[in-house]
Amino acid sequence: MSTTQSVHNLWTHAAAEPEKIPTPHIEYAQLSPTLIVLGAALVGILIEAFLPRRTRYTAQVLVAVVALASAFAAVLALGMDGYGTTKAQVAAMGAIAVDGPALFLQGTILLVGLVAVFTFAERRLDPTAHGNRVDSFAAQAASVPGGQGERDAVRAGFTTTEVFPIALFAIAGMLVFPAANDLLTLFIALEVFSLPLYILCALSRRNRLMSQEAAVKYFLLGAFSSAFLLFGIALLYGYAGAVDYSSIARVVSNADNATDPALAGTMGNDALLLIGGAMVLMGMLFKVGAVPFHMWTPDVYQGAPTPVTGFMAAATKVAAFGALLRLLYVVLPGLRWDWEPVMWGVAIVTMLGGAIVAITQTDIKRLLAYSSIAHAGFILAGVVATSEDGVSSVLFYLAAYSFVTLGAFAVVTLVRDAGGEATHLSKWAGLGRRSPLVAAVFAVFLLAFAGIPLTSGFTGKFAVFKAAAESGAGALVVVGVISSAIAAFFYIRVIVLMFFQEPKADGPTVAVPSPLTITAIGIGVAVTLVLGLAPQYFLELAGDAGVFVR
Amino acid sequence: MESLIGLLVGAPLLGAAVLLCGGRRLDRTGHWLGTLLAAASFVVGLLLFADMLGKDTEQRAMHQHLFSWIPVADFQADVGFQLDQLSMTFVLLISGVGTLIHVYSIGYMEHDERRRRFFGYLNLFLAAMLLLVLADNYLLLYVGWEGVGLASYLLIGFWQHKPSAATAAKKAFLVNRVGDVGLSIAIMLMFTTFGTFAFEPVLESTGETSEGKLTAIGLMLLLAACGKSAQVPLQSWLGDAMEGPTPVSALIHAATMVTAGVYLITRSGEIFNAAPDAQLVVVTVGAVTLLFGAIVGCAKDDIKKALAGSTMSQIGYMMLAAGLGPIGYAFAIMHLVTHGFFKAGLFLGAGSVMHGMNDEVDMRKYGGLRKHMPVTFVTFGLGYLAIIGFPGLSGFFSKDQIIEAAFAKGGTQGWILGTCALLGAAITAYYMTRVMLLTFFGEKRWDPAETHPHESPRTMTIPMIVLAFGSVFAGGYFKLNENFVHWLEPVTEFEHGHPPMSAATVTAATVVALLIGVTGAWFQYGRRPVPVVAPRGSLLTRAARRDLLQDDLNHVVLVKGGEHLTRGLVYLDHKLVDGVVNGTAASFGGLSGRVRRVQNGFVRSYAVSMFGGAAVLVAATLLMRAV
Repeated sequence: MSTTQSVHNLWTHAAAEPEKIPTPHIEYAQLSPTLIVLGAALVGILIEAFLPRRTRYTAQVLVAVVALASAFAAVLALGMDGYGTTKAQVAAMGAIAVDGPALFLQGTILLVGLVAVFTFAERRLDPTAHGNRVDSFAAQAASVPGGQGERDAVRAGFTTTEVFPIALFAIAGMLVFPAANDLLTLFIALEVFSLPLYILCALSRRNRLMSQEAAVKYFLLGAFSSAFLLFGIALLYGYAGAVDYSSIARVVSNADNATDPALAGTMGNDALLLIGGAMVLMGMLFKVGAVPFHMWTPDVYQGAPTPVTGFMAAATKVAAFGALLRLLYVVLPGLRWDWEPVMWGVAIVTMLGGAIVAITQTDIKRLLAYSSIAHAGFILAGVVATSEDGVSSVLFYLAAYSFVTLGAFAVVTLVRDAGGEATHLSKWAGLGRRSPLVAAVFAVFLLAFAGIPLTSGFTGKFAVFKAAAESGAGALVVVGVISSAIAAFFYIRVIVLMFFQEPKADGPTVAVPSPLTITAIGIGVAVTLVLGLAPQYFLELAGDAGVFVR
Repeated sequence: MESLIGLLVGAPLLGAAVLLCGGRRLDRTGHWLGTLLAAASFVVGLLLFADMLGKDTEQRAMHQHLFSWIPVADFQADVGFQLDQLSMTFVLLISGVGTLIHVYSIGYMEHDERRRRFFGYLNLFLAAMLLLVLADNYLLLYVGWEGVGLASYLLIGFWQHKPSAATAAKKAFLVNRVGDVGLSIAIMLMFTTFGTFAFEPVLESTGETSEGKLTAIGLMLLLAACGKSAQVPLQSWLGDAMEGPTPVSALIHAATMVTAGVYLITRSGEIFNAAPDAQLVVVTVGAVTLLFGAIVGCAKDDIKKALAGSTMSQIGYMMLAAGLGPIGYAFAIMHLVTHGFFKAGLFLGAGSVMHGMNDEVDMRKYGGLRKHMPVTFVTFGLGYLAIIGFPGLSGFFSKDQIIEAAFAKGGTQGWILGTCALLGAAITAYYMTRVMLLTFFGEKRWDPAETHPHESPRTMTIPMIVLAFGSVFAGGYFKLNENFVHWLEPVTEFEHGHPPMSAATVTAATVVALLIGVTGAWFQYGRRPVPVVAPRGSLLTRAARRDLLQDDLNHVVLVKGGEHLTRGLVYLDHKLVDGVVNGTAASFGGLSGRVRRVQNGFVRSYAVSMFGGAAVLVAATLLMRAV
């Protein structure tokens, strides 16, 4: 029997006996975090449809905060119940894993989402528009920038409260992404969180053209990478005859001799496996912003509304690295000798590329974008460690990094001039003289980015490099340390700029935020310092959560 | 009784804290509070002393462990006190003389508006010095050691509005740092050698350690002692330290702090006993310094600087004795105590003279003061007789013993050291007679219209009288039945030295040396009028006036040498290090600028880059399998 025929038979076989599809069995309790967030997002849509405009903001914020908090409580309950360790299992008919890494990352994403919602809800930074308090989002997203429609919407005091349900959808997708246990769920989760992000990127109140350009770029490139991912999935399916992780893993490592004989022809064809695997990896690397799939990052980070940038930079990275870890550790451990050198290369060019290009940036948001690329490289160093320590160090790094990032972008929203946020670095000169507190807080975040001891950045970087060195990736660690040194230059340069230069006469002012942003920044500082000063508990937590269910 | 030990340090420490933090409210009462707490410390010292006398000789040492200070794995630093006969001697000397000088300062500093602060510093000094002698390990001793250094710095520079005082304070601090490095290295060596730095385990295990290591530790301890005790080659700060108020010179730079080096060496006796080479260096330093200080003392016209030279010289005697080992430790400490009495008395006398002479310090402008200041004259005179070793007074007994012990060292070394000590005795007699004659005898060389010499107030004279008593009787009492030697024997060990000649011969030689010195001075300064402006003098005199060119030597060797070294390093730093660093930075900057251009904002080129990346990724994965 030829190969094509056998595959064809599989399809017709399935189609001929539809009654054999089993009734889906869903473990609602184990999936409750995702379900809560999705449900809340739907409630948010209903609010947009049925509540009057002026009550929507309060209702949306309330729903989002309650949903995220209760989803986080559900994650905690699952974790305490032992689902992270002893009771780890694959739920929903093999589609979703409930295990240590999944719960840890879901918890992180939910907390990040919660803090991000605070920054989304901030309404005191922009001056009031015709007596209405406004946030960072466009008055009416569909209106033409600079057109009559926009003016009318602004005069009417419209705000885009849809951002909250949109963000909730994105968060729901991100919750599924690192927990996805088959390739199709993975792909759907990716699209579920990507599409809302494209929309959010386009919603900036100021610089709307730039914001929309960023969204379109992100969408185009995202679609492009999704195509690669999907093609990769197809190739892997072609190789293994299955889309769920454990089956693919079994086929890859040749552990299962009892596979369908119909697949015997393709199973020997490693090209399918290798090309497919590389393409799926590429889809993940695009999301984490690794070189050379990083080009979208600076443009999108700069164009998107800053609260969205913070959310995206923190949460997307957590979700994408989670999925990448699961792919490499659960699906492709049998291919370790093939992907490890390639990932080494990607990690090295990502670390160096991010750090080097950041040197000459003049816009604070672009600077942070390149910094996030360099950090993606550092995390990749932990990913390629291929050990349990590697997993837990990456988990810890992600938690530490996401709060620093959120906090840093929240501070960026505070420094403003007549045109909105003053993101050009030259405007930040002498900020330390004008607003010592804000500058000091930002300095703490920068030091954490640079990995200076007593901040979470140091602990995370140390854990990642230690795991990498212990698994024999000494050269990678050397490159990592060199990149850290290069990166330290531009972080410290901003500190020097803020504290040791004379403020400019027409410099920006620092807006006084509402308690929402203050809370967000405060949480960022607190997490940064706690994970830097007393990281032991959290390191152990990440250590306990370092085992994937297979 | 042990619990009282803490009070010794605690009382003056409390005083320092209250006086320095209390603010102006305490300006009117602060000096009484400071004096009271110093006296309290002394009373506690006396109580402990009485208690100690009531015990058997072997049971006299007391230990008190306070708390664990730095417990890190094998590194266990504790805070604990050890009060044995040696510490007791120091406690009584420090708190006793300290209290007297507090009383004296009440009068001396009466017109100074920063008197409260002065007493705060004095209290701080007492606390640190007592901590130094009470510590039961080297690390805590180091704390006290640095504490007295700080207090000394603050007090030398107390009149900081005078640039000379500020400079002198800085100089003292810097020179002391050199010594302090020695102490810290010694402590580190102890830790690596013995695994601890508590006195007992360190000193008891010297037998099991190689002589080389002990010599190294001993030399480092000696370096520390040289710094603190102003011994050659680290003696240059003591003369300048006289810029401080006179009570400070009496307490810190004559009676107590500068003897800390002798304490350190005596306390570490077991180390030196087992390291003869280090001992040889100690006696050499002692012998050189005793002559050096004496020669400098001969040429100075500033009364306090002449006395400072003398202090250096007398501590040289102590150092010499301490370097002799068990035949000398007890005498070193004995001379230290008697010297504490008479040198403090002499300084207070000098202060009293300055007080009556409008703060004039040049002895050539004194003369004939005995009629105007009878109490000062008598007390100073007794101190003078004591220091030159006039038979029957304190200095005679203690110094004679040291000279005897020096001869007893034996061999050529013994003869050289003994001769140096004898020569030193003659020079001591010479320069002290000179001070005496220039100040109290002869014609008056001051202008009666401007200067009205008068006796000082009671608060100043009473301490002088008390100290004069000590100067006269302490030595005799110590010598009686070998009281002092027996008292210290359990701590420092004691062996009778056997000089190559009889003790009587040594004593006779000492007295002859004394007479030669006094007569020489009498011929030069007693018989003929003294010129108010100093004559040019011989080459040696001129050198001695400049502290035997020590500062010039330091300048040429250390300052100039250091400058050249620094310049060389700066040059290397600029050309080599900065060149590499800046070059690297510039190349990364340039690279960054070029790579940045790839980011052109066109989504099509981004897509191409992604496609290229994906192709490379796939190709690389396939290649990995192929190879």
